Amino acid sequence: MTAIVLDGLSVELGNATVLDGVSAEISPGEWIALIGPNGAGKSTLLRAVAGLVRYRGSITLDGEEVSSLARRAVAQRLAFVPQAPLLPPAMRVDEYVLLGRTPHLGAFANESPHDFAAAGQAIERLDLEPFSRRPLRTLSGGEQQRVVLGRALAQEAPLLLLDEPTTSLDIGRQQQALELVATLRGQSDLTVLCAMHDLTLAAQYADRLLLLSHGRLVAAGPPGEIATEALVSEHYGADVRVVTEGGAVAVIPVRRRSS
Amino acid sequence: MSIAARGQLAEGGATRTPSPPRALVPALGAVGFLAVALLVGLFVGPVHIGIGAIIRSAASHIPLLGIHSNLSATDSAILWQLRAPRVVLGLLVGGMLALAGGSYQGVFRNPLVDPYLLGVAAGAGLGATIAIAYAGNAVGSYDLLPLTAFGGASLAVAITYVLGTSAAGGRSPAALVLAGVTVVSFLTAIQTFIQQQHSQSLQEVYSWILGRLDTAGWHDVALVAPYVVVSSAVILAHRRMLDVLAVGDEEATTLGVNVRRVRLTIVVFATIGTAAAVAVSGLIGFVGIIVPHAVRLVIGSSYRIVLPLSLLAGGGFLVLADVIARTIVSPAELPIGVVTAFFGAPFFAIVLRTSRTFT
Repeated sequence: MTAIVLDGLSVELGNATVLDGVSAEISPGEWIALIGPNGAGKSTLLRAVAGLVRYRGSITLDGEEVSSLARRAVAQRLAFVPQAPLLPPAMRVDEYVLLGRTPHLGAFANESPHDFAAAGQAIERLDLEPFSRRPLRTLSGGEQQRVVLGRALAQEAPLLLLDEPTTSLDIGRQQQALELVATLRGQSDLTVLCAMHDLTLAAQYADRLLLLSHGRLVAAGPPGEIATEALVSEHYGADVRVVTEGGAVAVIPVRRRSS
Repeated sequence: MSIAARGQLAEGGATRTPSPPRALVPALGAVGFLAVALLVGLFVGPVHIGIGAIIRSAASHIPLLGIHSNLSATDSAILWQLRAPRVVLGLLVGGMLALAGGSYQGVFRNPLVDPYLLGVAAGAGLGATIAIAYAGNAVGSYDLLPLTAFGGASLAVAITYVLGTSAAGGRSPAALVLAGVTVVSFLTAIQTFIQQQHSQSLQEVYSWILGRLDTAGWHDVALVAPYVVVSSAVILAHRRMLDVLAVGDEEATTLGVNVRRVRLTIVVFATIGTAAAVAVSGLIGFVGIIVPHAVRLVIGSSYRIVLPLSLLAGGGFLVLADVIARTIVSPAELPIGVVTAFFGAPFFAIVLRTSRTFT
């Protein structure tokens, strides 16, 4: 579990200010969904936390500034699953999962029995065994998503960063993927920071939502307070109904009638 | 055994994790192929020397065995002063080109890349042309050519790298490849100009470009060996890193890898090794693409296995190609580059057709 503190976080890419003074505190073990319209800065925030872009302000993981940590130290503290991971087509599933052990290996060292064990466990926990010897290109979208999660899990980092983990999955696979994250989080005490498009899923799985718009943090709080008709319509320019069904929040798009 | 199963074994504590079984058979195959290639290289020639005599003679060089060679002094000289250095040079050059090609394909994540991509060939070609055109048959030009070729190759890649990393797109492999194209065109233009001015040197330049393993004894071997050994050692030490790079620069970074440093290190050492190989053997094409590809098609994509096996298979391949080059139109010699392309391309086509694991 990792506590994250963002303080006045700003990122400029080229001449554009992509993130502008974002401050937030994330408690150990929380599941935070980053929501907001396209271009709001969700991915950039994840990439800043992962140490992939230069930033102003401060990002600390359990009190340590990300930019002052060595690459390997960052990699031992967080696992990052990008939106469209590059999967080498001929690489085998087990080889790919084993790459997650890289941050724990010396520069030119080979995997120890412990590394094989950790990768083996990740394969087992994500039910990858039936296709663990198959090349990545033979997998379906849902299987690929699980394999990428498997690699992140083998990394044994206490913080999991997910960028749109459910894009390109059907509704059933979306649910399965997020349930999986929820289970893993429970088993391994993970802090989860996850950019999401689907507001209903975000509201149902996350403890808190952070709403970004034009690079600024405009609202933060429990799903019931953030996934509201007013906020969604203001920042997404969408007409929606928000209904609560058995304690679960659902955001339903409503077609604008011209008549 | 799957990684999961091995992990459980390892957790049990009693068993040490076995090395991957898939790697053992191909590794033995590659070593066997190389051994056969070396023997064929020593055996084939205008003077007949039996395989048994070759092995006896080789063994007699190993102290403490007490084996005596039954070769005549002439045969012994033919074997150890003419054929052996040529075979060893083929081994070093072929192994280096294949290893460099495989590692270039890894750092650029592009299976069509060869070790000449960043200007090694064009730079070496220009260096050699300058030596041939301006030094001619002057005393010492024989030693001058490898030097200017090596210098030209290194300089060309250095320019490519500076140009590629300072480009607007900066730091991406694609920018580097485009910079390579630019440098190659420019250097080739200069080379063509010099050739036009010194048309009497055309044939010599041309024959150098087609590549040859024609040696003056052990001299060239000694010249190239240190570069090949050091470059190979550094590249092989990074072979696991190349697997990590395969998942993309950003993800490799989040796995704790300094992507730029790894890429630069591999490019530098692959270039030095290739430049040294090219300096003594000319521009032998095809080895750097075909060998790593063939290895990959047979055993899978992991660079941890592909690179060491490419080194072995590349050495064996070039030794055999040289045997063909010096026998097929005997007593004349075919340029070895013609042989590698002529036999390499169909071989590659066959592997491509019969393999189920092509990416």
